[in-house]
Amino acid sequence: MPNSILIKGGSIHGATAQDVLMEDGLITKIAPSLEGQFDSVIEAQGHVLLPGFVDLHTHLREPGRENSETIATGSLAAARGGYVAVSAMANTLPVADTAAIVEQVSAIGKKVGLVDVFPVGAVTKGLEGHELADLGSMAHSQAHVRMFSDDGNCVSDPLLMRRALEYVKQFNGVIAQHAQDPRLTEDSQMNEGAIASTLGLKGWPAVAEESIIARDILLANMVGSKLHICHVTTKGGVEIIRWAKAQGMKVTAEVTPHHLLLTDESAQSYDPIYKVNPPLRTQEDVLALRAALVDGTIDIVGTDHAPHPVESKECEWQNAAFGMVGLETAFPILFTTLISTGLMSWDRAAQVMSQNPAAIAGYASHGQKIEVGAPAHITVVDPKGVLVVDRAQLASKSKNTPFHGMEFQGTVVATVFNGRLTHKVGN
Amino acid sequence: MKHLLSINDIDKEFALTILDTAAEMARVSEGPVKKLPTLRGKTVVNLFAEDSTRTRISFEAAAKRLSADVINFTAKGSSISKGESLKDTAQTLQALGADAVIIRHPASGAAHRLAQGKWMNGTVINAGDGTHEHPSQALLDAYTIRKHLRGGKGDLTGLHIAIVGDILHSRVARSNVLLLNKLGASVTLVAPPTLLPHQVEAWPVKVSYNFNAVLPTVDAVIMLRIQQERMSDLYFPSQREYSTLFGIDAERLAMTKQGSILMHPGPMNRGLEISAEAADSPQSVVVEQVANGVSIRMAILYLFIAGSQESVNA
Ligand SMILES: [Zn+2]
Repeated sequence: MPNSILIKGGSIHGATAQDVLMEDGLITKIAPSLEGQFDSVIEAQGHVLLPGFVDLHTHLREPGRENSETIATGSLAAARGGYVAVSAMANTLPVADTAAIVEQVSAIGKKVGLVDVFPVGAVTKGLEGHELADLGSMAHSQAHVRMFSDDGNCVSDPLLMRRALEYVKQFNGVIAQHAQDPRLTEDSQMNEGAIASTLGLKGWPAVAEESIIARDILLANMVGSKLHICHVTTKGGVEIIRWAKAQGMKVTAEVTPHHLLLTDESAQSYDPIYKVNPPLRTQEDVLALRAALVDGTIDIVGTDHAPHPVESKECEWQNAAFGMVGLETAFPILFTTLISTGLMSWDRAAQVMSQNPAAIAGYASHGQKIEVGAPAHITVVDPKGVLVVDRAQLASKSKNTPFHGMEFQGTVVATVFNGRLTHKVGN
Repeated sequence: MKHLLSINDIDKEFALTILDTAAEMARVSEGPVKKLPTLRGKTVVNLFAEDSTRTRISFEAAAKRLSADVINFTAKGSSISKGESLKDTAQTLQALGADAVIIRHPASGAAHRLAQGKWMNGTVINAGDGTHEHPSQALLDAYTIRKHLRGGKGDLTGLHIAIVGDILHSRVARSNVLLLNKLGASVTLVAPPTLLPHQVEAWPVKVSYNFNAVLPTVDAVIMLRIQQERMSDLYFPSQREYSTLFGIDAERLAMTKQGSILMHPGPMNRGLEISAEAADSPQSVVVEQVANGVSIRMAILYLFIAGSQESVNA
């Protein structure tokens, strides 16, 4: 196993080209030109070096639904997408609501060894929204869980949400909320609007998301705890978060790559490859989300990578599963929509893809500056690279990408995790 | 045009061709030889994943009068009610050599999924998909309106049609709004706000909550069936209140213009959205709609199956 890697001629956050040497898991030298014998050399002229990407929203499906993804296949997909850390959501079978399960997920992640797999603990037992899960046991387990979420379900009971927010303060935890009022979204299929009305698909009102966001921001600030809003999708949600931050209230928020790009118009095909929770919204929402990610209202990109087997999508829309895979296309989408257009700087890209998610979840070894002494987690991207998405080429076990056939600019050419090369184009 | 999935699939000219063809089919049906050899050797499958005896029988009669072989796949006792996927069903239909599939399905967009061409090749006719569309019902409604109010000729320019009731969940309403507009009629939707689609203002219609105010101005009233379960879903307070505000009875019928007609796609809830007196009044054309349904469906099958063949050979 190589213990020294030289990245030659890459530019850190788009600055002047430098050589970066990593030895035994740490960045050891950064200089205009480094000579010597190295176990591997990555030619990175014209490429940009970013701190290794960190995803706070990943469905790895193991244990229980290994027909759609495993920790191994999901880890490989993550490495290909430039990720060095992922956060395994709790909606597995069994649910990750005890120390035993989160330790198992963490252990398998370590064994696979392609990325750090940080388990997210369930907020409530069985994700059922009735009783708190073993939050303390999970926090104090070998898996050191700090982020808790019932993702897929909303913690809709306001009292239970308050208690969860309060309780996790004792170990500096954060509650990641999937904001969706269940009563307002019974059987909902897609964004409520003109298109849903025409298609005869049951609408999913923006207010079902926004009302929970508003409520939880107020609750979190009342009890002085940490709240993270998963996958914000609406302009109204953005405005509530912007208002809260302007008041000095604490909250962090996430947007997915697909919500930065796609709209509810895609449902007109009735192809459930576009069916996702929360749903794709309107172009107005897409533009608001992009602006929010740039101006800091939204803190991070989270993939909500949600693998599903073919049969879950090869059916009628209303019978199809919600979700799309996203680890391998996240950066190309961010680059194409925001970086290449000049709206987002490389420094901001480093924040939203790595530094902010690591800080929110407390992943101490991640999201550090690329400087001597820092852990060797680096993602190398090619701003001139072109990706034509081919679902057959995805490392993920599931191929449910809505981006099949689409062309993006900006590719991930290499990923260094803990001083080891976990992905390199051509390999 | 290969499939009839939505009224959006046909333009005004073709819609009028369907109505004209249906008129010819009606003449055939009234004649001594009721059967035409047009679809001899063709296999038409009635794929009904949702109970609808009326629509199924109507399509079946239409196909048989055109001499097609008809295979019925109905919900009860068939594999589709046992969770077989639409894809598997489609592949079975392909293996059976179906030239056309008439599909009725509880999922909006099911007909589109069947017609996307990856699973089977035949023509797909949407006979009602979820709360999306029911194009053949709209065509038979337009046919009925044209026959009574335009002498069976031309388009529907200048006519005012009210569609009353559960617009939100109605595939009949969606198809009718599209078709009546295409044919030049103006449409007013009458319903409580809870039973109107979100952003209905984007539709080419007027909306009214006041049935009485609309009645004197309309040439035809299309009443929609109200599902019993809507009340428990909080759409309105009680059946009694619904009937009072949005049902039609003899008194309301008397407020309409001379010569106007009363329609209902069936099956009716007598005493809920329509009183027995209204349903059986001389203005009611409900029974005639059923007969017109067969003619329209003959025309659809003729134009989409035989017609497409001829144009290919021409
Ligand atoms: Zn979620």
